[in-house]
Amino acid sequence: MIDWAWLSDHVPALLYRTGQHLYLAAVAIAVGLAISLALGVVAARRRRLYPPFSLVAGLVYTIPSLALFAALVPIVGLNMLTAEVPLVLYTLVILFRNVVAGFDAVPPDVQEAADAMSYTSTSRLVRVELPLAVPLIMAGLRVATVSTIGLVTITATLGDAFGGLGYFIFEGARRSFPTEIYAGAILTILLALGLDRLFVHLQGRLTPWERRGSDGASPA
Amino acid sequence: MPDNRAATIEFDHVTKHYDRSLEAQGSPGAVDDLSLTVPAGSICVLVGPSGCGKTTSLKMVNRLIEPTRGRILVDGVDVATRDLVDLRRSIGYVIQQVGLFPHQTIGENVATVPRLLGWPAARRRERAEELLALVGLDPGAYRDRYPAQLSGGERQRVGVARALAADPPILLMDEPFGAVDPIVRERLQNELLRLQETLAKTILFVTHDIDEAIKMGDLVAVMATGGRLLQYGPPAGILARPASDFVAQFVGTDRGLKRMSLARVGELPIRPAITARPGDAAAPARARILADPFPYLLLVDERDRPLGWLDQHTLPAEGTLSAGAVIPVSPQFDRRTTLKDALSMLLDADVQAGVLVDRDGRLRGIVTVGMVADWFRSDSGGDLPAASAILDPSAAAAARV
Repeated sequence: MIDWAWLSDHVPALLYRTGQHLYLAAVAIAVGLAISLALGVVAARRRRLYPPFSLVAGLVYTIPSLALFAALVPIVGLNMLTAEVPLVLYTLVILFRNVVAGFDAVPPDVQEAADAMSYTSTSRLVRVELPLAVPLIMAGLRVATVSTIGLVTITATLGDAFGGLGYFIFEGARRSFPTEIYAGAILTILLALGLDRLFVHLQGRLTPWERRGSDGASPA
Repeated sequence: MPDNRAATIEFDHVTKHYDRSLEAQGSPGAVDDLSLTVPAGSICVLVGPSGCGKTTSLKMVNRLIEPTRGRILVDGVDVATRDLVDLRRSIGYVIQQVGLFPHQTIGENVATVPRLLGWPAARRRERAEELLALVGLDPGAYRDRYPAQLSGGERQRVGVARALAADPPILLMDEPFGAVDPIVRERLQNELLRLQETLAKTILFVTHDIDEAIKMGDLVAVMATGGRLLQYGPPAGILARPASDFVAQFVGTDRGLKRMSLARVGELPIRPAITARPGDAAAPARARILADPFPYLLLVDERDRPLGWLDQHTLPAEGTLSAGAVIPVSPQFDRRTTLKDALSMLLDADVQAGVLVDRDGRLRGIVTVGMVADWFRSDSGGDLPAASAILDPSAAAAARV
């Protein structure tokens, strides 16, 4: 059922498409995170901005991805932006809400203590609130990453220059060639799982205080 | 840079309304025209039921909350005119939930203000270790742990260490021991009092627990709902003469016992005992004790250490006195024994008198239930009847036992 010869013939193409996939996803997640952090900081400071931000992000998420990709072509042409704009927009609903939830999770007594010890608003954000929001931001990043990795395959509809591993899935479907479909799908799944593990590991490194080990925890 | 002298805190007609429109309608605010002075180096406890504005008052000192009207002066300077960052670095702040930074180690937490002040790393570490030792935590064992790995009592100690890090002249403590169990609370209270003996900070302390207020305060301010100050003065005075029914009710029906827990045997007048030594002739001793209203003769050894009581009725008319048939002296007090403990022991004793001894166990005098009762009736609870007297730091210091 699997055409191993095809696989061994196409190793360079598979690697190239895997790299492209990773690149499309990474740019989308990085830009999405940057926008979400900026909007999240604003919304955490001005609560009444949260509902409209959240609503818009939620509405964007309901637009079918195929339609959004197609609709952008006449506006921005066919280039990186055509692929990245929808990918970024779809990350926002998850990342923005998690960034705000992360800031909300900072205990009020910790914020008050920071104020009382003369932290300015900016230094409090950078040194106290942001680090403490990391666990929830990372949780959002993991969901957004898995979802973006899946979504990148759809960009294959824009043309051969896009799609990452989705290229194989569409090609395989068109040619009724299962090996190609499996190759694209399985590599996409492995990519998503691998990145998820990476983020779990990264979070452990970023938040050493969350590790409650046998290293001398006292009885409560 | 903050300096380490204690500072006076003065509330000058301070009012706080969270809602100005309600104020216009005449409804009470959080704090209503509060005026009081905390002398440098003393502990002032704001006590009252929830909603009495005690926490609001505290937070106006480091301007976490700004007053609607009135001024708060620290060493005569209106805090509203001070640079906010500078002001807050000169005021230590301890709260019930502690508010340690969960993502920083204990050492980093303690060194927070020194870091903000730009101290070099080596000096910060040295200071953090010094402070951890001061609050009874082994620096080597705790410095690199995170707050989540500590017990509530340990976290609260770290909170105190953090507040003291830059040696601020003022400490604000908002129910600092409210979240720990009673045994730990008592230990932390005692340790704070012990620390204060050497630190001599000006401490503004908020609690809803009148017992804690009486124990911790050189001065106690009783507040009521609506942010009104009902009475301010040394705890003994408030217990002896509550200014209103509300205060009397708030301090509790056992305020007499509470007063006695503040006073010590050393405050009673010294009443000499009729004494004799073993081997003394019985007849003159008997004559002396029959002439005294207190019916027991106290037998002492050659170094004036009490041996036991002899009842005047069983005293031999002739011969010599012997230590063989004495009623043991119990209880024995020293000057530091509280009147509450003394009374409790006296009520339980065979002879309802205790002996007061000095450090070497030598007799100083006797203490009877009647003497405690006389003190209770005559004592006004510190000699500070006038509110103006409490503005004088030396009076507050004198009121401290």
